[in-house]
Amino acid sequence: MGFLQELSQYMVENSSLLLELTIQHILMVGYGIALALVIGIPLGIIAARYEWLAPFIISLTNILQLVPSLAMLAILMLYFGLGFETMVIGLFLYSLMPIVRNTYVGIREVDASIMEAGKGSGMTPLQLLAKVQLPLSIPFLLAGLRVASVIAIAVACIGPYIGAEGLGKEIISGISLQSDVKIYAGAIPATLLAIVADFALGLLEKKAKKRMALA
Amino acid sequence: MYDDGFQALKDINLTFEEGKINVLIGPSGCGKTTTMKLLNRLTDYTEGQIMIDGKDIKQINPIILRRQMGYVIQNIGLFPHMTIYDNVATVPKLLKWDKQKIRSKVDNLLRMVNLDPEVYRDRYPAELSGGQQQRIGVIRALAAEPSTILMDEPFSALDPISREQLQEELVRLQKEINKTIVFVTHDMDEAIKIADQIIIMKSGHVVQKGSPEEILANPADDFVREFIGEERLGSALPSVEKLMSKDFKAIQLSSSLEDALQLMAEYQTNALPVVDQQSKYIGMIDLFSILKQRDKKIEEILTYQKSIPDTAKGELLLNQYESDQKSMIPVVSDQDEVIGIVKSEKLLEALHRFYQLKRGGK
Repeated sequence: MGFLQELSQYMVENSSLLLELTIQHILMVGYGIALALVIGIPLGIIAARYEWLAPFIISLTNILQLVPSLAMLAILMLYFGLGFETMVIGLFLYSLMPIVRNTYVGIREVDASIMEAGKGSGMTPLQLLAKVQLPLSIPFLLAGLRVASVIAIAVACIGPYIGAEGLGKEIISGISLQSDVKIYAGAIPATLLAIVADFALGLLEKKAKKRMALA
Repeated sequence: MYDDGFQALKDINLTFEEGKINVLIGPSGCGKTTTMKLLNRLTDYTEGQIMIDGKDIKQINPIILRRQMGYVIQNIGLFPHMTIYDNVATVPKLLKWDKQKIRSKVDNLLRMVNLDPEVYRDRYPAELSGGQQQRIGVIRALAAEPSTILMDEPFSALDPISREQLQEELVRLQKEINKTIVFVTHDMDEAIKIADQIIIMKSGHVVQKGSPEEILANPADDFVREFIGEERLGSALPSVEKLMSKDFKAIQLSSSLEDALQLMAEYQTNALPVVDQQSKYIGMIDLFSILKQRDKKIEEILTYQKSIPDTAKGELLLNQYESDQKSMIPVVSDQDEVIGIVKSEKLLEALHRFYQLKRGGK
């Protein structure tokens, strides 16, 4: 009971700091994922459209995902220096794979008869993409977005190592000060963020699927 | 011709009848779907020429061409993320029609297939039954008022009851819209039921073409005979036009019962069709009701009996005879004028001949 009291007391006393760190955390993840969407969706479209390019694009994003996060951030730091922007770039690279791959799969999965109906109605390839393929791949894209956000929220916790702030700051200073209260004060909001993101995007995905009768 | 040198279609020289239902039929792999897809250039061709409405389709941009042609596919292919309204409005929207125009067009089409626009307009395809979905598939093809509609086995994925309903609806719809329909199927019953012209294909050739009656009466060779199936040969009842007799007189609504009796005596019949001043069909009057109530007027004792269009097939006539059980069925033109009658004796005669043929056909 004593520990919980201590923890809640600490969190209340430092609430403005924790809030600031949480906002920073969300911003890093938000920018990283937004960048991944802006670059990843077109990459997914290109992969779906030019089948021969798909293996290259998909494996490239796969490899990016496989580099250990600490190593990746360290390497990025060499080129971009310390700070917030470097972290955003790291999160962008990490989120790329689920977004590219799910866009690609979503477009490829559109039923052949629906494509034929669109083509037979006289849609140009661009109209087919905008009116049929992209809307129908939204549930897949949302699934990718969900995976990407959960990963990005986790990876963002090691931000302080390369000079970015965020909830990781509390956790890492907790480690060096051997203060379990500080560790929890950082870990709990970070976990909550991941849970909320997972739940909210899952709900959206379900709704989109239901509307398109794919569920 | 395909890249690998396989020639799917050989020397096809075909004319589809304008404003009619043209059915392409044959076993799978015979080239019927390929032939149809040549028309909207979903399949491209290497040799030859295809003319539609007097224009060579090679000279038309395929995108433009497809927007001028309705297309109904086998698996329905409605866009699941769009409402019924947006689905039907697909091509008009591509053609950038005015919103008001699109809206009234879509509502009209929905009403044409007996779907209430208020109820269905904003629904999604998944909320509809298979039969309703394909009705939407059909009216989506009609939306931009194309002169030609291509249908690729449109009803084959449906259950037998919906299939039959949609076939009947298509025939009825065609009476209103008069489009040139190219319809691909492998189902001979379907072809006989809906076709004005049947084109039978086999391994890239046209084996025979003609009206259902012609083909059933004179199959060109053993392949056609086998494909039609022995039990169907000679199974076409003559059309209404052939069974109808012009030796009759209709009576004006304003005439007296005495006139009616006189006419009946003259033509040796116990019933007469009643028409108004524009000689449009109103109903029937029969001898027994006149005799029962001689002091009344024609309009008080006439009964409404369903008429039959002169273009209908014999099967429809038989159905109507079965449900109404009348000795005489009035035949009307598309202007609703009585142009003939079919007597039940005539129908019996035709049935008799039909069974004789069937027994002798083996």
